[in-house]
Amino acid sequence: MSEDDLWKRLSRLTPARIGLGRAGAGLPTREVLSFGLAHAQARDAVHTPLDAEAVAGAIEALGLPTLTVASHAGDRATYLRRPDYGRRLSAESEAALRERAGEAADLAIVVADGLSARAVHEGAATMLAALKPLVDTSGWSLAPVVVALQARVALGDAIGALLKARAVAVLIGERPGLSSPDSLGLYLTFDPRSGRSDAERNCISNVRPAGLSYELAAFKLHWLIAQALTRGLTGVNLKDESDALLTAPEAQAGLDGLR
Amino acid sequence: MAFRHVVGPRTHVFGDLATLMAKATPVRSGDRLAGIAAESAEETMAARWCLAEVPLSQILAQPLIAYEDDDVTRLILDTHDQAAFAEIAHLTIGDFREFLLTASSETLARIAPAVTPEIAAAVSKIMRNQDLILVARKCRVVTKYRNTIGLPGTLAVRLQPNHPTDDPKGITASILDGLSYGCGDAVIGINPASDSIRTLSDLLRLLDDVIQRLAIPTQSCVLTHVTTTLDAMNRGLPVDLVFQSIAGTQAANASFGVTLPLLKEAHEAALALKRETLGDNVMYFETGQGSALSADAHHGIDQQTLETRAYAVARVYRPLLVNTVVGFIGPEYLYDGKEIIRAGLEDHFCGKLMGVPLGVDVCYTNHAEADQDDMDTLLTLLGAAGCTYIMGVPGADDVMLNYQSTSFHDALYLREVLGLKRAPEFEAWLQRIGLTDGEGALLPGGAGAALLTAAPDLAA
Repeated sequence: MSEDDLWKRLSRLTPARIGLGRAGAGLPTREVLSFGLAHAQARDAVHTPLDAEAVAGAIEALGLPTLTVASHAGDRATYLRRPDYGRRLSAESEAALRERAGEAADLAIVVADGLSARAVHEGAATMLAALKPLVDTSGWSLAPVVVALQARVALGDAIGALLKARAVAVLIGERPGLSSPDSLGLYLTFDPRSGRSDAERNCISNVRPAGLSYELAAFKLHWLIAQALTRGLTGVNLKDESDALLTAPEAQAGLDGLR
Repeated sequence: MAFRHVVGPRTHVFGDLATLMAKATPVRSGDRLAGIAAESAEETMAARWCLAEVPLSQILAQPLIAYEDDDVTRLILDTHDQAAFAEIAHLTIGDFREFLLTASSETLARIAPAVTPEIAAAVSKIMRNQDLILVARKCRVVTKYRNTIGLPGTLAVRLQPNHPTDDPKGITASILDGLSYGCGDAVIGINPASDSIRTLSDLLRLLDDVIQRLAIPTQSCVLTHVTTTLDAMNRGLPVDLVFQSIAGTQAANASFGVTLPLLKEAHEAALALKRETLGDNVMYFETGQGSALSADAHHGIDQQTLETRAYAVARVYRPLLVNTVVGFIGPEYLYDGKEIIRAGLEDHFCGKLMGVPLGVDVCYTNHAEADQDDMDTLLTLLGAAGCTYIMGVPGADDVMLNYQSTSFHDALYLREVLGLKRAPEFEAWLQRIGLTDGEGALLPGGAGAALLTAAPDLAA
């Protein structure tokens, strides 16, 4: 086997950038450029502003009413330097939510730009389309879906509390990796209120077409919501055991039905 | 006691030493986030003028965190070498900078145990980047396990073959790739995705196997929590280096689930294994500016000074390797390439001045204002500064930790530009297996087939 064939074969064993070859001490031109492109896409995912109107429109098309809010971080540069601002609502948004809050609800859903607007543009509505039938079947009451700008995960605590929700699910653009600019993270928090720590949440990450599929993520999130509402908790004491259900034939059939 | 400096019509007042040191620090976002940064560029310079006049003996006498409140402070003061301090006790911080610029390597080695983290951090704040490079380059910190790390004119590389699901074949493929570029003399070290003892056991055996089959003069490490590694040692698994992330305050260490007695226990357990051949430096630590603030355990002290206190923790366990993961934590602590470059040079200088074998994970995340050009700049400066080791990640893209570091190619670049050699035992091994020539340059043709004997199941 030639050296080239050997590295081609080895590189199929890992997503890591191995067997790249070299030009002297440097990388071949194609590798410099492909790395540059991946970084450019990750940077664009971080800095592209969220098109809140389009995202809200796509969610409303699913039959879900929406509200749009902003955090206390006025722009991206502030957002990146001040994570604490991204966890607080702007004064106007807080007032608006207070005004719109209706009856108590079982679940509030927040769609947040986080560190990748691209993940939200490409995945949020698809994710909610997969989740909605499961929520409907369970008969949970839903607060309006909140689209949040310059938002960190913990902004969901303030939103969930104002909407009088028993639990809040935050769908947020994750920090882009070099080969994953489009990854959504899902965070579930029972009894949302300011001051909740990350240890009190459950997280499903790497939700994207090349990672965890939207359908499977919706299945897992639905399982976690049901557990949270029944047992009255989220976080380190609620382990994701939805896998056990997935191996059961009826669950597998149910999941296939979603595709 | 307050510190004052007059600039024209204005008098700048700094309430205490912690405030003075924070305000004298070159700008970075983490100190702003903590609300302790200088309010203006002039205030920064006024603070540096003040700091330059503070005697070293005063810094020693005024702990930033009280002796009673923090075990890192107790460790710093209880292990301070008074006899070595006599040589520099009369100096101010400003004098000390000039002393360092003129000192020989022998002098720097002699005073290292007298340098507390606060003294190292304080002098670094009034030093320019070129001062940090020049002095660090003169510091000699040599450590040994199965090879010799830190000799003048050498640079070692940690081979970092991470995989998103810890797949043994995928990890082996990355190891072979790294070895084929002549990387892996500092350590072959995996960050596992899972922290289960079963994964740890599989990976430790895998690394031990590769090292034995190819008779590589190097050491292995699976970078998991120290309690898990203790468990592995108790089960008789092949542990070379014991890893732990550490920080500069007791409370920040507690947030990592670490105490000083726990580190001592792990150190003693690793020494008892006697798996080394050349020397008994058995510990590997990682640090990084901002960890104390992120754990809400910073006591109003600037992040660079706290980082330096972590080196005092490392120092007592005589580690083989210590590296700052300089740009990993994100832009809320180090915003852009300029801040990351400065922090990398500070950390390396402070560690070396204290006698710690400092390497640097030259790195950034995709939400920082930095790119590969900034990493090239920092890498080159660290090469000039005599950095002990860097990371070698395939294509600089860590597919498990999702950040960009330095690559096997980057190490080749630095060797060619600055004439840096590998650890001598590792260099000799590469020659022996026909991968490099007498000068340490890679021979054409590659060595994949020869290396594949380490992994017969991949050959099929």
